[in-house]
Amino acid sequence: MFVKEGIIASPGIVIAKALVYEKVIVEVNKNKVEDPDKEIEKFQNAIKKSHEQLETIRIQAISELGEEEGAIFEAHAMVLDDPEFVEGVEAEINDSHLSADNAVKIVTDRFYEIFDQMDDPYFSARAADIKDVGTRVLQNILGIVQADLSQLDEDVIIIADDLTPSDTAQMDKKRVKGFATNIGSRTSHTAIMARSLEIPAVLGLCDITETVKTGDLMVVDGLTGRVCVNPGNEELESYEKEKQKYLDYLKELEELKDLDAITLDGRKVELVGNIGEPNDAAGVLKNGGVGVGLYRTEFLYMNSDVMPGEEKQFAAYRSVLEAFPDGPVIIRTLDIGGDKKLPYLPMDDELNPFLGLRAIRLCFKEVGLFKIQLRAILRASVYGHAHIMFPMISSITEVRQAKAILQDCMKELDDEQIAYDKDVKVGVMIEIPSAAIAADIISKEVDFFSIGTNDLCQYTLAVDRMNQEVSYLYDPFNPAILRLIQLVTATSDKKDQFFTGMCGEMAGDPLAAILLLGLGLDEFSMSALSIPQIKKIIRSVRYEDAKAIATAALNMETGEEIMDFVQESMKKLNLYN
Amino acid sequence: MIKKEVTVLNATGLHARPASMFVQTAGKFKSKIFVIKEGNSINAKSIMGIMAGGISQGTTIEIQAEGDDETEAVDALVQLINDKFGE
Repeated sequence: MFVKEGIIASPGIVIAKALVYEKVIVEVNKNKVEDPDKEIEKFQNAIKKSHEQLETIRIQAISELGEEEGAIFEAHAMVLDDPEFVEGVEAEINDSHLSADNAVKIVTDRFYEIFDQMDDPYFSARAADIKDVGTRVLQNILGIVQADLSQLDEDVIIIADDLTPSDTAQMDKKRVKGFATNIGSRTSHTAIMARSLEIPAVLGLCDITETVKTGDLMVVDGLTGRVCVNPGNEELESYEKEKQKYLDYLKELEELKDLDAITLDGRKVELVGNIGEPNDAAGVLKNGGVGVGLYRTEFLYMNSDVMPGEEKQFAAYRSVLEAFPDGPVIIRTLDIGGDKKLPYLPMDDELNPFLGLRAIRLCFKEVGLFKIQLRAILRASVYGHAHIMFPMISSITEVRQAKAILQDCMKELDDEQIAYDKDVKVGVMIEIPSAAIAADIISKEVDFFSIGTNDLCQYTLAVDRMNQEVSYLYDPFNPAILRLIQLVTATSDKKDQFFTGMCGEMAGDPLAAILLLGLGLDEFSMSALSIPQIKKIIRSVRYEDAKAIATAALNMETGEEIMDFVQESMKKLNLYN
Repeated sequence: MIKKEVTVLNATGLHARPASMFVQTAGKFKSKIFVIKEGNSINAKSIMGIMAGGISQGTTIEIQAEGDDETEAVDALVQLINDKFGE
């Protein structure tokens, strides 16, 4: 028996037999060839065969995993047809008399390196595509048949170096119960696939393919990030217990689904979901979210090749509003700029993009674009409880300016005799420190606030959390952040019919839940999967206790001290994330 | 053979969508079309080649075409670049 630790990529515990899925290590023939024409023919046949395979996989991926996954294989097919790839390989064969396999490997590696070195996630994804396609062509030239995972006769845990879309698309989803791989991170394809299949995964185990054999009994513990190979009876029993405990916990969360998020002493808050596109609404409903606290409309723009028109936007907003007939849907207007750009909207490079032309500032510059969105939201507002939220507000002047444009749109719709909700609620993101400090002033013009902790932390602590050199300074538990949150909620408490929510990552953090409840937050908006856990915490505490904990925390000196204190308090209440 | 020099003006250069528009436009012509950047020749019908070329805003490139529709091809591609890909 032995235990290894890796990166937690998908939660849960599974006990099953290992299946080592080894990529056949492809040995290419490095000798000069006598007959280049024969090699060219081999290459062309392999391209043809690869095309046929990709088409089969594409159809399977679309039916089992959706259009988006299918599109990956369309991109792969484009690489097969690419003249630079095809001619590159043919040139190596004709000019240098390389074998077809050697030529494919050399050309694939050349492109892989170019794309991999570009510091851009778009190109990293292209690099992975090229490698996946290159390997496929190579295997077809050499007649190597990759182990077939499409029909398995028992439940297995897949052990691999890494898994590509080609690998996962064809797996027997009924039998594959877990992943353990040598490399990978929480954002790699294997991790995303594991979470969408809801199976445990531990990645980054370095040499798991060397140390485990097919048929070994093993445990993948996606809760602690451990894998245990050939466990003894004692360990097996303890893992069975842990597994049962986790299943019970999930069942308990499931049972909370239709219950209110209400404290033991009767304070009710709203738990809602963050979504990026209309399809995400289903996940929010499934997890018991009563509405949407943040609809990030920029995905509508980013997933499109051209500026999405009023009709397209209207249809998207309407479908989300109709999914929540009773709950609020907070639609955030376009938040682009900073690290997010649109291919069809020219933007100058800026020295400080996060302090520059982004979000509402960009919308004021591109009023035409802004009005299309506002008109679409207004028109959709008759189908539910639409709330309009403006991002990156720094002062009341901007709120007034945005509302004036909204008024213009309302007037246009009046003139055109098009219906909209005349009492549509208007709010702002609180993500710039000046807006938090002047929350009482800004509140005069709006119906609600939503605190965006990610940017609020970044701007308050002056730290770029993507910069590894300084990201340690990024801390939502920093007393300065808690005090800013308190300034905002205190304003909200004084006004009737006014609410303050939070839509940053902090709202879904179990460790922050009691603090935020105690600070008086009315609405918590988070990724759908976090909702049940936060609901359980809210339903297990008294509001009075949460207030006492928050008050004590506000007077502490460091984020670390606050986190330790909250952890202790949760333990005392028999709560631990 | 026809050739013309042109400077890429759009903000993202020949990246993602502009690159694919460029390659698709090139693909409509029968002529052999190449982009010459700093002496390197890139097949204008290859999305991988064009994207890997790292042609950013402000880069001057030469477009060369040879074939029956060489004039039309060069004109169409130069115009696409001068129009900033419709941005």
